[in-house]
Amino acid sequence: MGLAVGCRAKPGKARDNRTGSWRVFKPSFDRGKCTKCGMCMTLCPEGCIHQTEEEFVEPDYTYCKGCGICGEECPGEAIAMKQEEK
Amino acid sequence: MMEITEGSHAIAKIVARCRPQVVSAYPITPQTHIVEALADYVADCKLDADYITVENEMSALSACIGASAAGSRVYSATTSQGLALMFEACFNAAGMRLPIIMSIANRALGAPLSIWNDQQDSISLRDSGWLQFYAEDNQEATDMHIIAYKVAEDHSVLLPVFVCFDGFILSHTYEPVDMLPQEDVDKYLPKFTPYEKLDAEDPISFGMYATPEYYHEFRYEIDRAAKRAADVYRKAAKDFAGMFGRDYSGLIEEYRMEDAETAIVAMGSICGTIKDAIDEMRDAGKKVGLVRIRVFRPFPDKEIAQALAKTKRVAVLDKNISLGSKGAVALEVKDAMYGKTIPVLYYILGLGGRDVRKRDIAAIVALAEKGEGDMFYGLRKEVL
Repeated sequence: MGLAVGCRAKPGKARDNRTGSWRVFKPSFDRGKCTKCGMCMTLCPEGCIHQTEEEFVEPDYTYCKGCGICGEECPGEAIAMKQEEK
Repeated sequence: MMEITEGSHAIAKIVARCRPQVVSAYPITPQTHIVEALADYVADCKLDADYITVENEMSALSACIGASAAGSRVYSATTSQGLALMFEACFNAAGMRLPIIMSIANRALGAPLSIWNDQQDSISLRDSGWLQFYAEDNQEATDMHIIAYKVAEDHSVLLPVFVCFDGFILSHTYEPVDMLPQEDVDKYLPKFTPYEKLDAEDPISFGMYATPEYYHEFRYEIDRAAKRAADVYRKAAKDFAGMFGRDYSGLIEEYRMEDAETAIVAMGSICGTIKDAIDEMRDAGKKVGLVRIRVFRPFPDKEIAQALAKTKRVAVLDKNISLGSKGAVALEVKDAMYGKTIPVLYYILGLGGRDVRKRDIAAIVALAEKGEGDMFYGLRKEVL
């Protein structure tokens, strides 16, 4: 595929940037401690945390950069950042 | 129609005849008269354009970028510190492939503050992706704007252009200029057809971020477009010559080079002085010629190497200095002459408005004949 002249793009193009490859620390979610408050979803700068059918939350690791904001802000300390082995 | 007019006013008039839909600029000496005149045209309903007043040059070019992306033909003008303030936006305009035309009334850069002429401002943006044309006189400066739109807007180029002319020396000088009437400009320059444009119904973003997997290739594409611009320029200027009789189709202009032993290479209004000096030296039996660079970006290295191939020595006159190295034109001429044994000497001169006279040109030719060069010419040793 040829490059778009002037690096122009339709909306949604950022999905091509699979920022999950940047991750060093991976958030792990403890459902025992999660109160489903949704703070992590609100604060995730990548917008990659979503709710499951049981209303628990989980990130899309294709895009999660491992920035750690969710872990820092979680009021129930339900999110732990663990160094990822690749 | 032939008119006796100030350079700035001739440029403003011809720019209006190119029918820009958006003009955004910030006044700065010696460019001010151009944008003042254009603001008058808009206020007097003589030009159907939006004139966007802004707080500084960074905003002026940013407004032009937005307007060009929205599909308008766009114009701006600046110089010196104003151009320096546009630095970031200049790279963005080229990277987004927007055919903006900007007049540069060449002026020195501070510090020390100087409002007078040299070419440091546009030269300092040589790597930005903007094409750069340098005019020798007001006729050429005027005509170059029409040609610049034609080249920039060609879909195989899509790059912005600086039309450069020496501040004060041209911008504030009254000369006879043959002004093309509106119907001739319309005949040569059709309505702007954007390659793509911002459209709320079908949204796109310009200049998106490129990861390391793509950025390298984007830069390659901009460079290829800049190089393709050489042929597009030749054709556009040839068409112009066919229609109006004035031929600017060479990326360089050769003056009395047929049997020249000493060749001078220079850009801009200084070339008028050089041509007169050459005529006098020729009368005295010296074989001197001039290669004037009309298009500095894309750089015409092959033409220059060919034009200089039979000379014995080359003197490059630079109204700029890449501090810690050489004059920018000399660097590129040396590159074009790589592998040849002809000495290429550089002379930094005319900085910050220092006048360059015919006798200075003769003195430089005499220095070159002795093999003396690679210097700031005409230093006032008593103040050092």
